[in-house]
Amino acid sequence: MSEKTHIDIEYTAKLARINLTDAEKEKLSGQLDSIIGYVEKLEELDTDGVEPTAHPHPVYNVWQEDEVKGELSTEEALKNAPAQRDNMIVVPKVVD
Amino acid sequence: MEYEAVIGLEVHVQIKAESKIFSRVRAGYGHEPNKLVDPVVMGLPGALPVMNKAALDGIIKAGLALNCTIPETCKWDRKNYFYPDSPNNYQITQYDQPICDGGYVEIELPGKNRGEMGEHKKIKLTRIHLENDVGKLNHFADDSLVDYNRAFTSLMEIVSEPDMHSGEEAFAFLTAIRQTMIYCGISDCDMEKGQMRADANISVRPVGQKELGQKIELKNLNSITGVKNGIEYEIKRQTRELKKGNVIKQATWRWNADLGQTEMMREKEDAHDYRYFPDPDLMPVRIDEEWKAKLQAEIPELPWDKQRRFMEEYGLPYSITAVLVPDRVLSDWFESAAKQQPKLAQAIGNLVANDLLRELSEAGQRLEDCKITPDSLLGLVQVVEKGTIPKNVANKDVFPEMFKSGETAEQVIERKGLKPDFDEGQVKVWCQEAIDENPKPVQNYKDGNEKALNALLGPVMKKSKGKANPQLVNKLIRELID
Amino acid sequence: MSEELYYKSASELSELLDKKELSAVDLMKATIARTKQVEEKVGAFNSYDEVDALAQADASDARRAAGNSLGPLDGIPVGIKDNLAVNGQPLTCSSKMLEKFVSPYDATCIEKLKSQGAVLWGRLNLDEYAMGSSTENSAFKTTSNPWNLDCIPGGSSGGSAAAAAAGQAVMTLGSDTGGSIRQPASHCGVVGLKPTYGRVSRYGLAAFASSLDQVGPLTRSVKDAALLLQAISGHDERDSTSYRTETQNFVAALEKLRGRKWTLGLPKEYFASAADTPAMKPVLEAIEFYKSLGCEVKEVSLPHTDYAVATYYIIATAEASSNLARYDGIRYTHRAEKFDAKDSVDIYCQSRAEGFGEEVKRRIILGTYVLSSGYYDAYYLKAQKVRTLIRQDFEKAFENVDALLTPTSPTPAFKKGEKSSDPLSMYLSDIYTISANLAGIPGMSLPCGYSDGLPVGLQILGKPFKEDELLAIANEFEAAHPFKDQHPSL
Repeated sequence: MSEKTHIDIEYTAKLARINLTDAEKEKLSGQLDSIIGYVEKLEELDTDGVEPTAHPHPVYNVWQEDEVKGELSTEEALKNAPAQRDNMIVVPKVVD
Repeated sequence: MEYEAVIGLEVHVQIKAESKIFSRVRAGYGHEPNKLVDPVVMGLPGALPVMNKAALDGIIKAGLALNCTIPETCKWDRKNYFYPDSPNNYQITQYDQPICDGGYVEIELPGKNRGEMGEHKKIKLTRIHLENDVGKLNHFADDSLVDYNRAFTSLMEIVSEPDMHSGEEAFAFLTAIRQTMIYCGISDCDMEKGQMRADANISVRPVGQKELGQKIELKNLNSITGVKNGIEYEIKRQTRELKKGNVIKQATWRWNADLGQTEMMREKEDAHDYRYFPDPDLMPVRIDEEWKAKLQAEIPELPWDKQRRFMEEYGLPYSITAVLVPDRVLSDWFESAAKQQPKLAQAIGNLVANDLLRELSEAGQRLEDCKITPDSLLGLVQVVEKGTIPKNVANKDVFPEMFKSGETAEQVIERKGLKPDFDEGQVKVWCQEAIDENPKPVQNYKDGNEKALNALLGPVMKKSKGKANPQLVNKLIRELID
Repeated sequence: MSEELYYKSASELSELLDKKELSAVDLMKATIARTKQVEEKVGAFNSYDEVDALAQADASDARRAAGNSLGPLDGIPVGIKDNLAVNGQPLTCSSKMLEKFVSPYDATCIEKLKSQGAVLWGRLNLDEYAMGSSTENSAFKTTSNPWNLDCIPGGSSGGSAAAAAAGQAVMTLGSDTGGSIRQPASHCGVVGLKPTYGRVSRYGLAAFASSLDQVGPLTRSVKDAALLLQAISGHDERDSTSYRTETQNFVAALEKLRGRKWTLGLPKEYFASAADTPAMKPVLEAIEFYKSLGCEVKEVSLPHTDYAVATYYIIATAEASSNLARYDGIRYTHRAEKFDAKDSVDIYCQSRAEGFGEEVKRRIILGTYVLSSGYYDAYYLKAQKVRTLIRQDFEKAFENVDALLTPTSPTPAFKKGEKSSDPLSMYLSDIYTISANLAGIPGMSLPCGYSDGLPVGLQILGKPFKEDELLAIANEFEAAHPFKDQHPSL
């Protein structure tokens, strides 16, 4: 990466869908720059030809047969909803 | 300057299964809102996805049927984006290792007329991958309501190459996919129920230009006809713009079927940053030859192959195959009669494609529920073949009765007294009478006019009160004259 | 030995219950009384439901009276970390985001405990969404170290460790993503075990980092750890990463493997950095003890140790950024009262701004960054490759030894507030524990002594699915050093 990485805090926080105050942006980007600077030590290692690990103990083909089992009642599924109407979750009008 | 369009389609097809793709809660359509839910579908804290074997079987079968390569392994990735219909705010999909690679769809374009086969083409596919469907948003004046019933239904995304050039081709492409899916039992592809959905990428360029024009994404294509109309409208619109010297701007447009026009949805937005990464909750899939072979064996003969075979093996005319083949149940029904007497296949095909379908639609019945069987239909054709009753009687008087009651042809003929009360000798006598009474046509025939003898058919039929077999009459008249 | 009832081990209590010398209701009452007596000082619980717990205990007594005991856990109070789903109970992850959330379903490990008659007791505090090493990141309260109330209990399972140490539950469940069971166990002087990845179902554990998370026991004795691990282990078809292994009887293995002459490895990279701190003394003495038993102790090398923290903080935050996307203000979480309804994403941005604490935001944003366009290969993919090298280090080391002995933490519990201003230094204190999560191997922390009156833990790392050996090795030490009988004065 670069000599000194600077995180684009504006863009990244928006991607993460988190509003930040200006003070938070300043504080976080400083902290994150130093953490990112630290993790860049991985560049020292030659990893050519090394397989990435996605699972500690990978096995293939873990599935279930197509049988219906288990459900939540509508009431249970919606009982924590911040806003509901007609057994559906209310959200601000979405313009697609 | 001449312009040409280049079209690619992204087709989403729901795989038919009892349960959902990553949860064993029931999959279905038309239920009360938020009935088909569980911790996974609601994206509750701690819920984990587990693959549905049936969804994998379905997509591998689809890949085999659409001539794809099935790599030995594939994996799951998360596509991260926020939207209220997405319970986890990531979709589980396949980013760089789809389960089906390449492939093509054979399509047929419309022929010169309905009785003539049109040109066949192969439309190349990029890939087919599996992913979870999302919930449904219902829009109201001030807010939207989310129903998660559809969320996590098994969904295939079939991505074509930019390999089509007209609304007709897109229409044919979707029709072919739909028939293949129904044939294989992978999906019913009912667009009204959202089981098949299509988005199109359309660009227009001057003929001869190598690079593609600026593409427009077209959404809201809610029926196969809508796809055709929307694309045709959009091609015209873009061509008009280019002819005016305007530049096409990247954007997403929507087809408005009510107004019959496309309308801008949104201008180009920032490129999406989906942050794909391998889903740590799911294990990769390994597909061995044995599994593929097992599924390959479950794939029935596909529509185009069946159509070619019906034409070759049974000598069916294209127009009849075009009616039979799109419907797997109907063509199987036809064939269980036809294969017993291949020589009579044309007559069987005619009865099925015309009379049977007419009766079914008048009675509002499904083929599965109708009383007539392939064997009894064959019986009817055989009775005609034997000359017991003429074809017109069979079609008009016998067949509808069989359809209503489930009787055999013999039973109907017996009950209604349709069997001729004379033998071949009597017909011969009538034929001789007709020859004697109509010297003019006979002379014309002798002078080389083959068709002249048709004039004798009517008088003989009259004498027999319509019960004589026309083919037999023709045969006998010729024998008597020659 | 006249131990207070609430400090007795599960195996002792189970015997008393079976002999009808004690009722589950009386045991629960004693546990409730103890909890209330010290909770103001310790602060281990986010919530508890006395009526419900007594009803569970009552049902347990009825089963025993009818001769239908469900086994050694029947009637034993088990405290639950507040990131495990219990049907009808709050599930807050110590986050404002889930402050009012009540789980409509049971985690698999909870289902297992219920089917064995355990009395589920309370919701234990943690670092918000299990992100932290001190439990100071809880949105609700700070938990104190029972041995020194000015100190942190460790984290993220600080509530689970403190409650077990203070006698507020007979045993507790925690979760461990980078040391979140072992480090607080070490700081609070209890036994904590992180199972092999895939040994215990993650279904119903609110995910932090899916490829690292494991649920495990925190107990006052090795035998209880074996008992509780046995109770929650096993393949679960609802967790695709759950492993199919034959179920082992961990309690029986303690006897079966007793007196074995183990070959134990000392990773030189761990000891080089730890050098001569006071906290190292008990660890070094523990190593000497194993030599005195006739075990062979040899130095091994884990050459990529120095890269583990960096690898971990890329992988864990990346997975977390995606796992925590579901907490969005839409379906069941906190939703901002005021947001810009014209901006289609503000409901998310504002709800998440209000619902998440600082450390969670920091990690989500870091994780979002390492996955974002143009950075994936340099950070995330690179970390996955280094993770492979770290796994291979352990594979190689385990060719020659049965288990590894290391410190659990570089220092004993530190003072509250001491590190909260510097996230990186907090991250670096996970150095000894995170590699086990990256490699997916089992690890446990065992009380091995004190430094300035604060407990110190010995970490034992084992081969995948060899928890029986880990427990047996720990058992040898505990038998000769009964720290389990020493308790903080509260």
